[in-house]
Amino acid sequence: MRRSWRMLLFFAGAAGIVCLFTLAAEPISQPRDVRNRYATAIISETFSQRNITDAVSAVNFDFRGFDTVGEEFILFVSVLGSLVLLRMVEDRKGKVLRDALEPWRDVGPSDAIRLWILAMIAPKVTFGIYIVTHGQLTPGGGFQGGVILATAALILYLGEGFTVFRDVISHPATEIVEGAGALGFVVIGMLAWVWGQPFLTNVLPLGKAHELTSGGTMALISISTGLEVAAGFILLLYAFLQENLSPVEET
Amino acid sequence: MIYLQIAILGLVVAGGTMVALSRKISGQPIIVSVFGLILSLMFMVFQAPDVALSQIVVGAVGLPLMILLAIAKLRRDEQMLRRKRESDSGKERE
Repeated sequence: MRRSWRMLLFFAGAAGIVCLFTLAAEPISQPRDVRNRYATAIISETFSQRNITDAVSAVNFDFRGFDTVGEEFILFVSVLGSLVLLRMVEDRKGKVLRDALEPWRDVGPSDAIRLWILAMIAPKVTFGIYIVTHGQLTPGGGFQGGVILATAALILYLGEGFTVFRDVISHPATEIVEGAGALGFVVIGMLAWVWGQPFLTNVLPLGKAHELTSGGTMALISISTGLEVAAGFILLLYAFLQENLSPVEET
Repeated sequence: MIYLQIAILGLVVAGGTMVALSRKISGQPIIVSVFGLILSLMFMVFQAPDVALSQIVVGAVGLPLMILLAIAKLRRDEQMLRRKRESDSGKERE
């Protein structure tokens, strides 16, 4: 195909996307006129029925909680698949490995970088835990907080290199936490069966609004999702960073 | 608000075009990272702060890191292949 034809095809397609996107985005630009009846119902019922202030968390962990179980297991299975695909290959076992991304290799990271990283880790972990546990009060929740927790491990790698990263992220423990987080969601869902209610019914006391304990099962589900996401992302990082090791060549 | 939304959508269009047009391989992770940040700003402006939080971490940190890793690995494999080829041809000459 000639270049001019390709450009013509591209511009025709781009013009179509612009038109459709403008049509689709038009109602979003009018926040006071929410035309979706489901959204209106959720916004007006969340506070009165569930004592919590974040409607998004209410949809994710309660009203449409069953969908989130599916999403969580999508993440679980994709992490598992990546780990199986990227497992340590035979020809690298038992050899001295070196990380290709570490520029310092022989001299070690500078003290300024290491001090900065060490100072950053505690605030990052605290912020992650805050986002995980306050999902029912402010925007956030298990997924967002879990990813933030995982970046604490990432900056450890950036500052100290792969060996320290591997030593801190004790591999079996991370795997167990990931599995426990995924299992926790399902167990909390099955808790409702004890009261003879359907799966994932919010059976725990809803607590006082604007407090950390409000929302019944939502807070627990948020925490277990946070554990699963954090450990899952750390395992993914571990698998990908391990890909970057290569045997030291003897010269 | 509507002007802010139009401005941020314009930035998204410009950023996406920059990502698609960038040919210098070492600059790509950085451009992708900036684009991720622009996307998270867009989510913020369209009143989805929780999505913006995930987008900051995944789009501005996670994805560029994966691209960086892939580039580093490809470059190293290429170097090793070249070195091997050179040593092979050296042996043939002997």
